[in-house]
Amino acid sequence: MRFVIEKRDNKSKAMAFAVPVVSFIVSLLLGAIVLAASKVNPFEAYGAMINGAFGTARRFQYTIVESIPLLMCGLGVGIAFRLKFWNIGAEGQYIWGAIGITWVMQFWKFLPVTMLLPVGLVVGMALGAVWAGVPGFLKAQWSVDETLTTLMLNYVAIGFAEYLYFNIWKAPLGNMGTPEFPQAAWLPSIWGKVHSGLYIALALVVILWFMLYKTRWGFELNMIGKNPKAARYQGVSIKRNIVLAMLISGAICGLAGSMNTAAIAHRLTKGVDGGYGFTGIIIAWMAGLNPFASIIVAVVMAALTTGAGQLQIAMKLPESMGAVLQGLVLIPLLAGSIFTEHKLKLIKKEAI
Amino acid sequence: MDFITKLLAATIAMGTSLTFATIGEIYTEKTGVLNLGMEGTMLIGALSAFATAYNTGNLYLALVVAMLTGGLLSLIHAFLCVTMRANQVVSGLAITMFGTGLANFLGQRLGPVANGRNLVGVNLATKFDNIAIPGLHDIPILGAFFDVSVLTYILYLIIPFAWYFMYKTKHGLAIRAVGESPRTAAAMGLSVPRIRYLYTIIGGMFAGIGGACLSLSFTPSWNEGMTGGKGWIVIALVIFSTWNPGKAVLGTLVFGGITSLQFSLQAAGFKMVIPTQFLGFAPYLITFFTLSVLTIANQKRKGAFASPAALGTPFAIDDK
Repeated sequence: MRFVIEKRDNKSKAMAFAVPVVSFIVSLLLGAIVLAASKVNPFEAYGAMINGAFGTARRFQYTIVESIPLLMCGLGVGIAFRLKFWNIGAEGQYIWGAIGITWVMQFWKFLPVTMLLPVGLVVGMALGAVWAGVPGFLKAQWSVDETLTTLMLNYVAIGFAEYLYFNIWKAPLGNMGTPEFPQAAWLPSIWGKVHSGLYIALALVVILWFMLYKTRWGFELNMIGKNPKAARYQGVSIKRNIVLAMLISGAICGLAGSMNTAAIAHRLTKGVDGGYGFTGIIIAWMAGLNPFASIIVAVVMAALTTGAGQLQIAMKLPESMGAVLQGLVLIPLLAGSIFTEHKLKLIKKEAI
Repeated sequence: MDFITKLLAATIAMGTSLTFATIGEIYTEKTGVLNLGMEGTMLIGALSAFATAYNTGNLYLALVVAMLTGGLLSLIHAFLCVTMRANQVVSGLAITMFGTGLANFLGQRLGPVANGRNLVGVNLATKFDNIAIPGLHDIPILGAFFDVSVLTYILYLIIPFAWYFMYKTKHGLAIRAVGESPRTAAAMGLSVPRIRYLYTIIGGMFAGIGGACLSLSFTPSWNEGMTGGKGWIVIALVIFSTWNPGKAVLGTLVFGGITSLQFSLQAAGFKMVIPTQFLGFAPYLITFFTLSVLTIANQKRKGAFASPAALGTPFAIDDK
């Protein structure tokens, strides 16, 4: 008697719902074990985290602010993932967005101040698109492995940004990075800490959902991802779509970077490589590439980060507990993901 | 001359950590499993080695513990990617996130009570010191290779063995077969899951040692995130050495040299012509170009260079 894993004929809808729910419960249990092992009451700790992430208006605002770039990076990489194109360069594309808007704010003095923000966002998008387009083109034209090229380019972007804000673009006074953007060009706030980037992110969710599920182009992307041979027979250009998807993917991650810079730091500075691009990959995957589901996942991941702050204050636990719990959310989900397309089958006796 | 010798010594010290982890990741990737969890695995190795050495004073026990923790973390990756056929990129990132978080967390739990149980800022009673081989270490420049820590001497033995094992033994042949064409390997009677599990765990053990090299020898201390991106350099080095354990040394000497050059030039008071940040990202840019150029060249001249064909794809005998 033994178990084997067998492929299902169709994706199971029930499992698509049950797997995330069961995985999340398992994650909470695993987390509780880790917390109990560090001599902390798990219920109190989880309570402190929820309180830290949503307890007051101000904490709730921080959680939303944290989730905006995560959501956008998740949306961005999700487009490429539909083609089975592993864009893990969101971090670098995000940084180029931040570089782009800083360039406009600092040097495009010929623009009226009111134009700096919109132009900056567009330039940030364009640079993000170029940074993603290069590996896209290399993959489409010569099948250069995109996972590795996009990963390598992240660290080039991180290093180059540091060169800019610590050297040639550095503000003459202080050691904070580039000069602060003119206040009139900041991304305006809509509710306390929450900035109007929230509208942009939510609008993107709707636009992308429509494009991916309701247009011919979305249908083509899905077909390329699922069955490239069939797509080719239908006359769909795979090369063109890879490059196009990567340009859009990079543009969205670039927008995330330029938007976040105009809303929070107001300058290019240390910490621009905050890891939003990497967590965005996880968010896209956890949400099953669905734009609406990405909202929930982004908020959960953001809450784990902001809630961990409260763990430190209220429970005297190191803040790194947040990363441990984020990892623990992922591991059961990764393990469970197999059951949407496979099933366990019990074999009673080997028939030979 | 003195400057070059010092540079070489710094390169070897840093390169030891990188080479251990790179050889490990090469073996993992050669079986078709991509482990992007290196950064987290090295950090767990660094932490567990330091905590063991601090609490027991035994450096060799610390090495063994680093191998165990690195191997355990990679076992999770193997379970997710091989048995559960999960996405290897996401799994690797999850391992890095989890490993980094856990290492930083434990770093504040395993220290002395007097320091609030924190390991940051405490010193080791012993560390892996450099041992000079009489006569040999007096050779101009190259003498730097013979005034290194025990860890590096162990590495000197491992490098040729890792190359020989991969290319000249039937185990190596099995590894390459599983990474190139798992279906054929399975038809030959090899157990694809068993081989992938084994070398993913061994890869993690090597990464654990790589981390231990940092906290027990290179900068004998514990600091949160002390690997500082070395786990990602390892991923780059694997590509740069075209998945050949023999060439990994060359890569680490070049990359380690570039990184050490930043510090050496600064320390020597040279006016920097090249900004330090450019030296910092040079390894990644070089890898990007190496990968692109070699892949393009390979399209015209088959077989000159290729990543393991099955890299990143799960395998199941019943899949069609």
